[in-house]
Amino acid sequence: MGSTTMLIGTWIAGFLTLAIFSFLYKDNPVYKLAEHIYVGVSAGYWLIYVAFFDVYPMLIQGFQDETGLEKWILLVPGALGLIMLSRWFPRTAWLSRWPIAFTVGVGAGLGITANIQGYVMPQLQATLLPVTGWNIVSLNNVILTVGVITTILYFYFSKPHKGALGWMARVGIVFIMVSFGASFGYTLMARISLLIGRLYFLLSDLLHVID
Amino acid sequence: MKRTVPLLITFLTGFFLIVSFFVPHEPFGQLEQRLLVWFAIVSGFAMLLGVDSLFRAHLKRIVRAREGRWHSLALLLSLVVTLAVGIIGFARFGSPFHMQSPFMFVYTYGIIPLQATMFALLAFYIASASYRAFRARNTVATLLLVSAVIVMLGRVPIGAAISQFFPVAQEWIMDVPQLAAKRGIQIGAALGAVSMSLRILLGIERSYLS
Amino acid sequence: MAEGGRRGFWEVMNNIDRRIIFLILAVCVTIPLIVSTGGEIKPTAPVIRAHASVESLSPGDYMMISIDFDATSAPELMPMLRAVLRQAFEKDVKIIMLGHIAIGLPLGHMALEQVAAEYDKEYGVDYVDLGYRPGYIAVMIAMGREIEDIFASDYQGTPLREMPVTADIHSYDDIDLLFGFEHGAVIDYWVRYTQARFDQRMTFGTTAVMAPDAYPYLQSGQIEGLVGGLKGAAEYETLIGQPGLGTRGMPAQQWAHLLVIGFIVLGNLGYYFTRKRGRGAA
Repeated sequence: MGSTTMLIGTWIAGFLTLAIFSFLYKDNPVYKLAEHIYVGVSAGYWLIYVAFFDVYPMLIQGFQDETGLEKWILLVPGALGLIMLSRWFPRTAWLSRWPIAFTVGVGAGLGITANIQGYVMPQLQATLLPVTGWNIVSLNNVILTVGVITTILYFYFSKPHKGALGWMARVGIVFIMVSFGASFGYTLMARISLLIGRLYFLLSDLLHVID
Repeated sequence: MKRTVPLLITFLTGFFLIVSFFVPHEPFGQLEQRLLVWFAIVSGFAMLLGVDSLFRAHLKRIVRAREGRWHSLALLLSLVVTLAVGIIGFARFGSPFHMQSPFMFVYTYGIIPLQATMFALLAFYIASASYRAFRARNTVATLLLVSAVIVMLGRVPIGAAISQFFPVAQEWIMDVPQLAAKRGIQIGAALGAVSMSLRILLGIERSYLS
Repeated sequence: MAEGGRRGFWEVMNNIDRRIIFLILAVCVTIPLIVSTGGEIKPTAPVIRAHASVESLSPGDYMMISIDFDATSAPELMPMLRAVLRQAFEKDVKIIMLGHIAIGLPLGHMALEQVAAEYDKEYGVDYVDLGYRPGYIAVMIAMGREIEDIFASDYQGTPLREMPVTADIHSYDDIDLLFGFEHGAVIDYWVRYTQARFDQRMTFGTTAVMAPDAYPYLQSGQIEGLVGGLKGAAEYETLIGQPGLGTRGMPAQQWAHLLVIGFIVLGNLGYYFTRKRGRGAA
């Protein structure tokens, strides 16, 4: 892109940035305009993406390059994709359940094994930690194990939280609250970083106040 | 036909993928790969559904001259312009994503600032919420508050400048109690996902067919 | 009289216009960005481990980079992406980029082109951008068997077999490390669907929001390292000895943290004093 194009682009980006920020003062037509442009360009972007990274390389190019069975079998996902669009027409909308059922089936089938093999088993294994004596590592291992068990028990609602279960749940809530606090701190950090990014753009690219 | 076929499709696909996980040899491995490629292709079409309803809703607003029609017009215009520059980019540069393509101009100077600023607004709201709503009302709320403050101080250089306690305590919170709670919650969620998947495959959970 | 005045003050403080808070925050972030004064950045263990995982690669090894974020988290993830790319190109590691968040993919491409130019790297020989395919869990698992089944060509439509960098690349067996840049649940899919099934070495850079969720993976050894948020990016830049936007943003970040802590303290003092008054009145 030429320098003039980049300059025009930077000013457009600057206007859009300030238009969104104007919402902080109060809701206004300029903010609404920027918001609607955002939704519009995002939708246009998705359409180009689906065409260029899905339909074109995986269906059209595949159909051109492949031969024999490999070529014609591509009609199956192509047809499933088109049937998905039958939702646009009320009379045929029920047909879209077929491709949806297919995607749901794939998601569910893969999810069962992945969650057990990829999360439950390794995470349980990583919780079975050794206690080697009176030292910090052992203490932390005990705290970690107690934390995992009591957190799980806190979310166990099949029995009333009374007696031993009640005590465990009360310990669990301590861990959960510390965890939520940490998450809040990290979330705040993230949001501030985003603001830094936008202000950096305004001060550097648009106004050239900083490098 | 309307319910039985989709239920059967879900069951057969899901069950087959479970079998091929345990028996990845031929022909299961090859068939699984084929299903995965199909899944990728079909997923793309699902994205079109959302764009269609968006287009219709705003077109209706313009045609019926309802309030906000000018904004709807701006939305549809930006959608059409983005689409057009994408096609021009493809025709001229062989790819809309070529760095010189006008599509990338729209991306760099339209999508990036709009999306990034929209989320940057949250910094202001979280700061305001910290002032108004983050109260030490009881013991558990105080615990949350103290943990948040330690983490916030421990993660920036000034925390260490005030006291070495902050970075050390921050690391301990992250490595031990918060990790334990996250693990506990996520193990529960993972088991929940497994049971939900089983319910779907067995046809007990059918909400996706509505 | 003094008591009444104090209560009045806290009531005013409690009902302060939120736009004043917004303005204070904006000023508090802007000034340190202009007058940059930051403290020492000390790398933490998760970032040191992430850096070490890339450092363990030899020249000619392959690193797959996954762009799983968009502009909403670019200020956090772009600085760490650039730092990781600089470290990798410095070591002559080959890069295969792809992504699962379509709307963020060009960001990754821009960083890749920028850093590749700094190190005189050639597209198709030293690095490649595969682009995007929908349905990420299917994409992840299918690449374990044959990458070409999913990505027959790169983001511009050039067939993989026609480029030297991807001519002999077929599956995760040919990928020495995966470095994902994450702002959402895609990290969970990478770990649960790919690491577990194909025993793929993985390291991640995440937004600060996602970092706490990734700690269990780090402790269990499912991932090798973790770079979290802008602070993580600054630490990574420190480790490679090339300060960038992560380091640059740290002063503003720390003043904003102090300000918010100040807000929390003030808010609680206001709550305490006005509550006391409410009780007294009752």
